Amino acid sequence: MNAQFRRRIASAALIIGFFVAWELLCLAFNVKDIVLPRPSQIIVTLIERIPAIWPHAVQTLYTTLVGFALGIAFGVLIGVVIGSSRLAYDVAYPLLVGFSSIPKVAVVPIFVLWFGAGTVPAVLTAMILCIFPIVVNVATGLATTEPELEDVMRALKASKLDILLNVGLPRTMPYFFASLKVAVTQAFVGTVIAETVASNRGIGNLMMIASSSFDVPLVFAGLLILAALGVALYVIFSFIEMRVTGWARRKDEFALG
Amino acid sequence: MLAPPSAPPHAETYVALERVTHTYGRDDRQVKALDETNLKIDKGDFIALVGPSGCGKSTILKLVTGLLTASSGYVFVAGREVGAEPVRVGIAFQNPTLLPWLTLRDNVMLPLKIVPPFRQEYHAKRRTEFRDRVDALLDQVGLGGFGSKYPWQLSGGMMQRASLCRALVHEPQLLMLDEPFGALDQFTREELWAIMQELWIAHRPTVLLVTHDLKEAAYLANRICVMQARPGRIIDDTIVLFPRPRTIAISFDPRFVALTQRLRELIVVASPPKDSNP
Ligand SMILES: Nc1ncnc2c1ncn2[C@@H]1O[C@H](COP(=O)(O)OP(=O)(O)OP(=O)(O)O)[C@@H](O)[C@H]1O
Ligand SMILES: [Mg+2]
Repeated sequence: MNAQFRRRIASAALIIGFFVAWELLCLAFNVKDIVLPRPSQIIVTLIERIPAIWPHAVQTLYTTLVGFALGIAFGVLIGVVIGSSRLAYDVAYPLLVGFSSIPKVAVVPIFVLWFGAGTVPAVLTAMILCIFPIVVNVATGLATTEPELEDVMRALKASKLDILLNVGLPRTMPYFFASLKVAVTQAFVGTVIAETVASNRGIGNLMMIASSSFDVPLVFAGLLILAALGVALYVIFSFIEMRVTGWARRKDEFALG
Repeated sequence: MLAPPSAPPHAETYVALERVTHTYGRDDRQVKALDETNLKIDKGDFIALVGPSGCGKSTILKLVTGLLTASSGYVFVAGREVGAEPVRVGIAFQNPTLLPWLTLRDNVMLPLKIVPPFRQEYHAKRRTEFRDRVDALLDQVGLGGFGSKYPWQLSGGMMQRASLCRALVHEPQLLMLDEPFGALDQFTREELWAIMQELWIAHRPTVLLVTHDLKEAAYLANRICVMQARPGRIIDDTIVLFPRPRTIAISFDPRFVALTQRLRELIVVASPPKDSNP
C-alpha cells in the first residue's frame, strides 16, 4: 500500500515535471508558438476555443465507441468460432496473423472508395483496428481451456452450449478484457487516422485543418484532447478488467469486493 | 444396522462392458490400453479397480462416463448404450478441477445448474433450497463456512473435498471416482473414507472407485477388480465381505491384512516388466 502510494506520487510528479520542463525550456530558448507552443498556451487555447473543439471531440469519441462496439460484437463471434475447435484454430490462425500484420491505415482509402468520405469509413477503420486483438484473445482463451474442466461438464452430459457458457467463456474473460483495453486504444487510433484522411468532422480533421492554416496551438490542443480521451478509455477498461477478472490474478481485493 | 456386504444375488446389472477394446492414437503410434475387457457392475454396488500404473483404469472410467468412445465392444449403462442413458453421473478426479472463477459454493452447485431435474428449478432454488443443500454437504466434509471462498484461497486437501461434494451434490446414480483421495494426507484420507461410506450407505449410488491404495479399496469396496497392464485386462475379481459400517479398526483385522497382501502380490505380478517399452 505504502510502496504503491509512493509509486503513484512519483508517476504524477513525473508527468507534471514533464510539462513544467517543456514550459521552461520553451521560455528559456524562446521557441516560437508556431513551432512548439508552451503547455500554458495550449491550455489557454483549449479553454478559449472549447465551443469549437467540443463537437469534434464528441464526434471522435462517438465514432470510436461505435467502431469498438462493432469490433467487440464481431470479434467475439469470430473468436468463439475459431476457438471452439482445435481444427478451426489451427486452420484459421495463419490467416488471422496475416490479416493482423497488414498496416490497417491502408484500408482507409478502400473504405472511402466504398462508402465515401465521412463517419462510416472512420467507424469501419476503428472496428478493423480493434477487432484483431479481440479475436486472437478470445480464440486463444477458448482453445487453451483445460480439457479436465470440460470433462467435468461432459460427464454431467452438458450440451456444447452449456460448456461454452459455463466453462469456455468465463475462462476466456481475462483474455477478453485484457484485449479490450488494447482494442479500445486501437479503435481510437483508427478513428483519428480515418478522420485525418477522409472526414470533415472529428478531432483528426480539426487538427488537419488547423495545421494547414498554421494554427499550431489548436493542433496541440487537439492532441491534448486526444491524449485525455485515450487515457480515459484505457483507464476505464483496465478498471473493468480488474473488477471482472480478479480471480485470474488471485487478488485478495477481488475476493472481498 | 449392517448393510448387506454386497448387492443381493441377481441384482440388476447397472454397468456392463462387453468385449471392450480401447486403442489410443492412430496408425503407427497405437497404444492398446484395454483389450477385450468384460465387466459387470450391479446396481448400488461399490467396486474398486486397482492395478499397476498405466493399466487402463482411468480409461475404463472414461468409457463408462462417455468421455471416451470404445474402439470396439459395447458399454452399457442402465440397460442403454452409454451416452443415451438418462442417468445422473458424478465424477471426481485426482486433481480437484474446480472452476477458479467460482466460489466453492457455486462450484459445488454446478451440477445442479446442468443436470435435470435440478436444472429446471435452478433459478428458483439456487438461493434457497440448493444453497442449503450445498452448505450441508460442505459442512459434512468439514468445509462449513468456506462456501464463499475461491478455490485458490484453499489448501489442496480442501479443494479435493469440495470436488467430492461436487461429484455428490446431484445425488448421482452412478459415481465415478478416479483416485480422488490420492493427493491427500493419511488422516484426511481416512476421514473422507468414513464420509464416503456414510454417503454410500445413505444413498446407495453405484460406485466405481479407481485407486492405488489397497487399504482404501478393501475398506470401501464390496468388490475389488485387479487389472494387468499391456494389454489392459481384468485378471482378478474379489468380493469383500467385511460388515458395514466399517471403521479404520478393520484394517488391523488379519483377514483384511491377508486380503491387501494378496492384492499386492497380484499387482506386482501384473506389472509390466521394467524394460518393456511400448
Ligand atoms: N490420451 C492418451 N493418448 C495416448 N495414450 C494414452 C492416453 N491416455 C492413456 N494412454 C495410455 O493408455 C494406457 C492406460 O492409461 P490409463 O490412463 O487408463 O491408465 P491408469 O490405469 O489410469 O494409470 P494410472 O494409475 O497411472 O492413472 C497407458 O499405457 C497410457 O500410456
Ligand atoms: Mg489413471
